[in-house]
Amino acid sequence: MKLPESVDRQILFEYLLRLGDERLVLGHRLSEWCGHAPILEEDIALANLALDLLGQSEALLDLASQVEGRSRTPDELAFLREAIDFRNPLIVELPIGDFAFTISRQFLFDVYSRLYFEKLEASSFEPLAGIARKTLQEIRYHHRHSRQWMLRLGDGTEESNRRTRRALDELWRFTAELFQSDDLEAGLLSSGIAPDRPALFEAWQDEVAGTLAEAGLQLPREEHRVSGGRSGQHTEHLGHLLAEMQILARSFPGASW
Amino acid sequence: MSSQDHSDTQWPLWEVFVQPRTGAAHEHAGSVHAPDGELALQNARDVYARRGHAVSLWVVPSDQIVASSPSDQGPFFDPAQDKVYRHPSFYRVDRNFE
Amino acid sequence: MNEPHLHAEDTPDAENALFEARLAAGEKIEPKDWMPERYRQQLIRMMSQHAHSEIVGMLPEGNWITRAPNFRRKKALLAKVQDEAGHGLYLYSATETLGISREELIDQLLSGKAKYSSIFNYPTLTWADIGVIGWFVDGAAIVNQTMLAKASYGPYSRAMVRICKEESFHKKQGFEIIAILCRGTEGQRRMAQDAVDRWWWPTLMMFGPPDEASANSEELMRWKVKTRSNDELRQHFVNMTVAQAHSLGLTVPDPDLEYDEATGDWRFGELDWDEFWEVIKGRGPCNRERMEARRRAHEKGAWVREAAAAYAAKRAAESASVTAG
Repeated sequence: MKLPESVDRQILFEYLLRLGDERLVLGHRLSEWCGHAPILEEDIALANLALDLLGQSEALLDLASQVEGRSRTPDELAFLREAIDFRNPLIVELPIGDFAFTISRQFLFDVYSRLYFEKLEASSFEPLAGIARKTLQEIRYHHRHSRQWMLRLGDGTEESNRRTRRALDELWRFTAELFQSDDLEAGLLSSGIAPDRPALFEAWQDEVAGTLAEAGLQLPREEHRVSGGRSGQHTEHLGHLLAEMQILARSFPGASW
Repeated sequence: MSSQDHSDTQWPLWEVFVQPRTGAAHEHAGSVHAPDGELALQNARDVYARRGHAVSLWVVPSDQIVASSPSDQGPFFDPAQDKVYRHPSFYRVDRNFE
Repeated sequence: MNEPHLHAEDTPDAENALFEARLAAGEKIEPKDWMPERYRQQLIRMMSQHAHSEIVGMLPEGNWITRAPNFRRKKALLAKVQDEAGHGLYLYSATETLGISREELIDQLLSGKAKYSSIFNYPTLTWADIGVIGWFVDGAAIVNQTMLAKASYGPYSRAMVRICKEESFHKKQGFEIIAILCRGTEGQRRMAQDAVDRWWWPTLMMFGPPDEASANSEELMRWKVKTRSNDELRQHFVNMTVAQAHSLGLTVPDPDLEYDEATGDWRFGELDWDEFWEVIKGRGPCNRERMEARRRAHEKGAWVREAAAAYAAKRAAESASVTAG
């Protein structure tokens, strides 16, 4: 695979893992709802979101695999890496909680995801721009679903409003990580490959605040910030998630399925 | 059930009509449950259009459909066989003018 | 439609005769058509049982979604379980056309009043179970479903046509999973054979009691809802599946299995009907767990359903007052 000029293979690989892992872990979490959703139509809807995210992850990890020089397949990247080698932000690995927690997390993520991929469409690394273009349609649909549910949960009953407020309070400290840059991304930003993460924060916050207000909710006032995903410093949740997800691949090394 | 009654339900029933491609007519595909039109559309898309083959969806609350009844079939859908003037084969046009 | 049409003052005998004539002519019965009350009740029972089976069926397979071994299997299994939810939905919708609500249907399931296919009361203990379910259970279901696509009740027939179209990948996926295991490591081969050994007899029981013990069959066949008997369908399944199993180097756990040259049938041993009735009565390996899971999802979901309904009511009230104001 021909890499863009002056881009380090390993750096680009790491970056693609961040995007791929984020969607893999979130897709996995959403798949946990299957058979247990509040109503049959939502079983189908949440499975849809999960399938889209898993597909996006596979595409991104496939690109990562090519950049790495195909020493590991997308399946090997997903099913054989240790938790400390995963590069997703922490917010996606949190357990599903109740429906308010899942929807709130999804909403906060979808607004970020849409803003981010709208910029990623213009990536100077064409294979990545191509993935972004295709993914944006799905992201827009996901955002439509989560936004509409935020309105219904915030402005539904007293109980749904209470649960959603609690969910947002729990999630808030994990949102900052989505907008933090580091040397790796700063380098890719200057070569036009990666979007400017911190620059998206204001638009994200404005949009989130707008929907929350419409839903009779407020931005939490949480000051505490947690991050560490991109350096492999995850919450304890990821270890359990991967233990389950990777059990077969690890129990039967080299086997085909 | 009053409009203020929020006791637990499976939400109202909606009928779903799918347009398989541009230019085609919408066809009845089945029904979904939804609390309102927006979720009815999303649910209809997820249930009936997730495999594609749809460019447009209509959703209608089932209780808004006004239907003919089977006993109407005779008088309502008067067979047109004895009204041949409604069929093109009744009319002859000289081939020279076609 | 050339038959003379009946009006309200006609006798029940005449209505019945016309109904039977329509069935004999291969016509579809639609929701607003006259039908004997017993036909309506039998259809509600049959269709809702089918719907419940799809929903409960999501659980044994759903059990392995988070442990599926690679991207392809993960996506395929999730899509399959999603399809099952969709099929349950189509069937509940079709049942609702007969004048019963989905709330009532769900209540019947969760209160233990309604039945669902016995096969879903068995546990999925290994990944191979996922393959075997697709191969055996969907294989058995396809035989049944193809028959039901021709059912006399319009909404049921149409739902089944849709379901049949979507099912074709389910069985294929299952067989593919098992075939790969059989070509894999020693541990994978053992896993496949073990799953076959556990699912074989329960699958044969899916076809229901033997014909002479099946109360509803005769009536359903007269009403063109069912066109082949339990024993016929069971034998057809055995013939098809034994051949497939042998082609993979697998055995089925039946010491009495014997090929009958004259008929081309694989003769099989006696089923344990005691086990069958125990499972039907709620005392199978997973009946309680399945119901618990469904009850829990339903109970935990109540506040969500209520919230969405409350939101809709608020918006409706707002636009009513705007119109009025």
